[in-house]
Amino acid sequence: MLSRRVIPCLDVRGGRVVKGVRFRDHVDMGDIVELSLRYRDAGADELVFYDIGASPEGRSVDYAWVERVSSLLDIPFCVAGGIRDVATARAVLHAGADKISVNTPALERPALVSELADAFGVQCVVVGIDSVAEADGEWRVRSHTGDPDKTRALALRTLDWIVEAQRLGAGEIVLNCMDSDGVRRGYDIAQLSAARALCAVPLVASGGAGEVRHFAEAFRVADVDGALAASVFHSGAIAIAALKRGLRAQGIEVRDE
Amino acid sequence: MRVVLVDAGGANLGSVRYALRRLGVEAEVSRDAAAIRAADRVILPGVSTAATVMRRLAELGLVEVLRSLQAPLLGVCVGMQLLFEHSEEDDTPCLGLLPGRVARLRQAPGLRIPHMGWNRLQPLRRDPLTEGIAPGAWAYFVHSYAAAPGQDCLLASEHGVSFAAVVRRGAVAGAQFHPERSGPAGARLLANFLGAGMA
Repeated sequence: MLSRRVIPCLDVRGGRVVKGVRFRDHVDMGDIVELSLRYRDAGADELVFYDIGASPEGRSVDYAWVERVSSLLDIPFCVAGGIRDVATARAVLHAGADKISVNTPALERPALVSELADAFGVQCVVVGIDSVAEADGEWRVRSHTGDPDKTRALALRTLDWIVEAQRLGAGEIVLNCMDSDGVRRGYDIAQLSAARALCAVPLVASGGAGEVRHFAEAFRVADVDGALAASVFHSGAIAIAALKRGLRAQGIEVRDE
Repeated sequence: MRVVLVDAGGANLGSVRYALRRLGVEAEVSRDAAAIRAADRVILPGVSTAATVMRRLAELGLVEVLRSLQAPLLGVCVGMQLLFEHSEEDDTPCLGLLPGRVARLRQAPGLRIPHMGWNRLQPLRRDPLTEGIAPGAWAYFVHSYAAAPGQDCLLASEHGVSFAAVVRRGAVAGAQFHPERSGPAGARLLANFLGAGMA
């Protein structure tokens, strides 16, 4: 049986891992390769690297660190940030990334998702979505979230984009609920459940993990395939081995080596 | 030992090469027929679609080279699917080195396609290629198509249905999962493929 994935997310800026609260006030967390191997040894199932400066600054990721990570890591990893064409995606995949994740560039030009799926197969193509609950009760998409000063509110409803992204060729959706991000009060189960109902491809929860029970809720109630978190892992508040023991005790299938 | 990775445009070429390097083997990436024929081991990686890789192999004049290869051949992911006679993905005729057809994994409630993540390996048959991989070992899969576990299947996995995770017939072998990203089990499979048990 396919196991549920625990996915540390490493925000990358200037070749270092950083983390902010509500996408602001980034602090240095350490060297990319060092942290990657530490998480691998701790039992992470997969890693996601977001080059958070790439999209707002209008540049793509620098591939040297992708290659460095790939040469040492024997678990899968996904790279996001500034991938806006097939050539860039190919370079990142050839540097050793297993998947590429697109967010802002896919919103600006949805055909990009199809082009990537045609070139590499849907299984390489992740669509990342940053979503906010608005006053009218709708969830809507934000773009350019790497820099709070450049973040844009779009009219696009999150659930509509989830459907459209799959039609275009997304092989996985990472739904980052921004209201919850970095504040550790739990994943947005209502929003994730609504997304799950429309998502036939793997769905990864992002934003809000603070305790073991938050992961369990996301897997059991929202039925997500993976749960992504950053600050609780970086700070050591949750150890992945203990998290997995807690999940398994609740009958949730996780990889145990 | 001379190990050649066939460069048919598969995007995981780099990561397979690094996985071999972690085992102390420096593989050559090539699309040259003579280099592939002269290799002691040939690996056909593939992250793409069956049709894309088959078309690329045809353009490079490598279809017959692979069909008539003497040295052990390992197909990875789509590279494994191409070893069979036919893939349902874009209705693609494949290399036909193994009997059987590759079909799309069926979607069902609670069953997501692509099959993406870590799943367990169950041994069906003992073979030097899978020696040291414990029953229930975890491997990382990313795919939407698979072959049914036929007579060449050494390790099976399950996603709604049972499917072939590792196959071998003589010098022709395949892994549906990604050994380069499957931790110790993946490293063991690659090491076994390089070993005397495949000769």
